[in-house]
Amino acid sequence: MKSKVSSGLFIFLTPVLLWLLLLIVIPHIELLLMSLQGESDLGEPIWTLSNYTAFFTESIYWYTFVRTAVYALLVTVLTFAVTFPVAFYITKVVPVRLSGFLTILLLVPFWVSELVRVYGWMILLRESGVINHFLLQLGLINQPVEMLYNDISMIMGLVYTSMLFMVVPLISSLEGMDDSMIEAAHDLGASKFVIFFKIVIPYAAPGITSGSIVVFMLALGNYLTPNLMGGKNSLWFTEQIYNEFIASFNWNQGAAFGFLLLLLSSCIIWIGLKLGRQQLGKALS
Amino acid sequence: MPPVLDIDQIVKKFGNFTAVDNVSFQVEDGKFFSILGPSGCGKTTLLRIISGFLEPSSGSLRIRGEDMAGIAPNRRPVNLVFQNLALFPMMNVAENIAFGLKRQRCPAREIESRTDAMLERVGLTGYGPKDIAQLSGGQKQRVAIARALVVNPSILLLDEPLGALDLKLREQMKIELKKLQREVGTTFIYITHDQSEALVMSDTVAVMNDGCFEQIDTPRNLYESPASSFVAGFVGEANIFSAFVESQDPELIVRTSTGLVMRATAMQQMEGRECSLFIRPESIILMPDDNLEDLNRFELVVEAILFDGSNTKILAMQGDSEITVALPQNQQFAHIAVGDHINAGVHVDGCKCYSGEMS
Ligand SMILES: Nc1ncnc2c1ncn2[C@@H]1O[C@H](COP(=O)(O)OP(=O)(O)OP(=O)(O)O)[C@@H](O)[C@H]1O
Ligand SMILES: [Mg+2]
Repeated sequence: MKSKVSSGLFIFLTPVLLWLLLLIVIPHIELLLMSLQGESDLGEPIWTLSNYTAFFTESIYWYTFVRTAVYALLVTVLTFAVTFPVAFYITKVVPVRLSGFLTILLLVPFWVSELVRVYGWMILLRESGVINHFLLQLGLINQPVEMLYNDISMIMGLVYTSMLFMVVPLISSLEGMDDSMIEAAHDLGASKFVIFFKIVIPYAAPGITSGSIVVFMLALGNYLTPNLMGGKNSLWFTEQIYNEFIASFNWNQGAAFGFLLLLLSSCIIWIGLKLGRQQLGKALS
Repeated sequence: MPPVLDIDQIVKKFGNFTAVDNVSFQVEDGKFFSILGPSGCGKTTLLRIISGFLEPSSGSLRIRGEDMAGIAPNRRPVNLVFQNLALFPMMNVAENIAFGLKRQRCPAREIESRTDAMLERVGLTGYGPKDIAQLSGGQKQRVAIARALVVNPSILLLDEPLGALDLKLREQMKIELKKLQREVGTTFIYITHDQSEALVMSDTVAVMNDGCFEQIDTPRNLYESPASSFVAGFVGEANIFSAFVESQDPELIVRTSTGLVMRATAMQQMEGRECSLFIRPESIILMPDDNLEDLNRFELVVEAILFDGSNTKILAMQGDSEITVALPQNQQFAHIAVGDHINAGVHVDGCKCYSGEMS
């Protein structure tokens, strides 16, 4: 009986395991090996830690790395702050028949590819863009202002592209919440503030966790948006990796950076889960 | 001393629809007051007005003499046990119960002792650290009641709290609730559509229909002298006939649409000829003594025996009229079989007549 169950399990797990092995594990082993290799002075391949020591000695790498992590966290927090009221409004305030419609309305922009959406923002924000045009027409400014290629526009772009991945888990977790739970808390003497922090947030915690993990990882690994909206000054770590692989053709260095980024995201997510007293399995289920 | 709850001419309209229509009543301190009515008659609406989640369209509401107009639910000395319980799933049992105490900024030690005392009171000693999902239906019920009761409200409002439980558990919880209410002495306002719950537990029952109170009385009076045909039909079982008034002087005689002629008691002023006649199954006497007075006598043909232990009845015909008769507890009529002809009678007081056609 027992062996039957496990063989059934094996059949179902095989595609998943194969997928994991072929697409995740093998490339990463390759990457790890690559990151530990370098060239000797004579141009011969040798095993070395120099790719990693370069990261720790070169301050620009360090700076970009920390900056990327901090900004990715900031993007996660901002995305949550922007989408939570929206999710709450859609699930708890408007009548049920409207909430489905509003959800679809929210998703429509995401049917367009990220590239096109980012270009949309650029059309709005650039020096000869729509907003500048109107401000000039209204006489509020005399000279066009460059609104692109700074940290604010980059963060905004990242928040915008990540919103979907936060709002969907939030809506689905808030939808399951019974309105009478909020009323019960109110009835027992809780203020709006207490209801929000003691009832709504803890109830939505699994949704918040899974949304935050996805948004954080996407922001950390995003290349397109920082590159296009942040411009030359964006200093996003993925650009560093890209440069090593493509521009400098230093695959070994790029592989080391890739590995460091993987370590970074794993660490931050682990810390986040510990702080929020959440379990990964629970949050993603 | 003012009554703990004083409701005066409360009206609640949703658009054109009047959900609560000019309801007035008082509840004395420490009483078990039930509101009994069919689904959709406005019970929950009335309860939400008392707890402060809805503003009445007009009328006033006083708790311990204090006007509650404009006071938010979290500032009223009433607590609500929700129809679907609304326990907090992310907290354990003890945290659920302590929630209200924490909002009152009780010291931690007091919270702990009061929570423990409350758990003991509802028979859940040691359940504090359990998760809500681990509890059975009846245990969840008790936690919901404990959570509302622990903050010592002036009034505890309960909205059909036993609705989701199975029959056996409901019977048991009925008795427990009554006992609990007597022990803690808190005023309970209990909403139900189940007449047996209301009759068993309450000191006073208000029967509600279409947003109005039809009668406010003790369970016994409600059963024995219903003020309206709705109450007579809704509370307890009855044989109901639509009938016509044959004569009013010197006594009321009615003829049912199935041809039964009965001397009856008018429960209200008779207007017009149409009326409805109510006879409780237990007020029909089988094989009555010949010298009993004021009896309507007739002969019944037994159609079926509905065996239900102590609640056994027979279904019988009198001409075209179908009549349900309760069998007395003793085995006196155990010999009755289907097809038997039996003499029967019902006292004039047992034939209650209300003006107007059956609704
Ligand atoms: N917010 C609202 N808007 C419009 N109509 C409402 C609203 N709330 C309740 N009603 C109506 O008021 C009437 C009474 O509703 P209520 O919930 O008080 O019934 P109830 O007696 O509690 O019924 P039940 O026993 O089924 O719980 C119903 O006909 C309902 O449709
Ligand atoms: Mg209701």
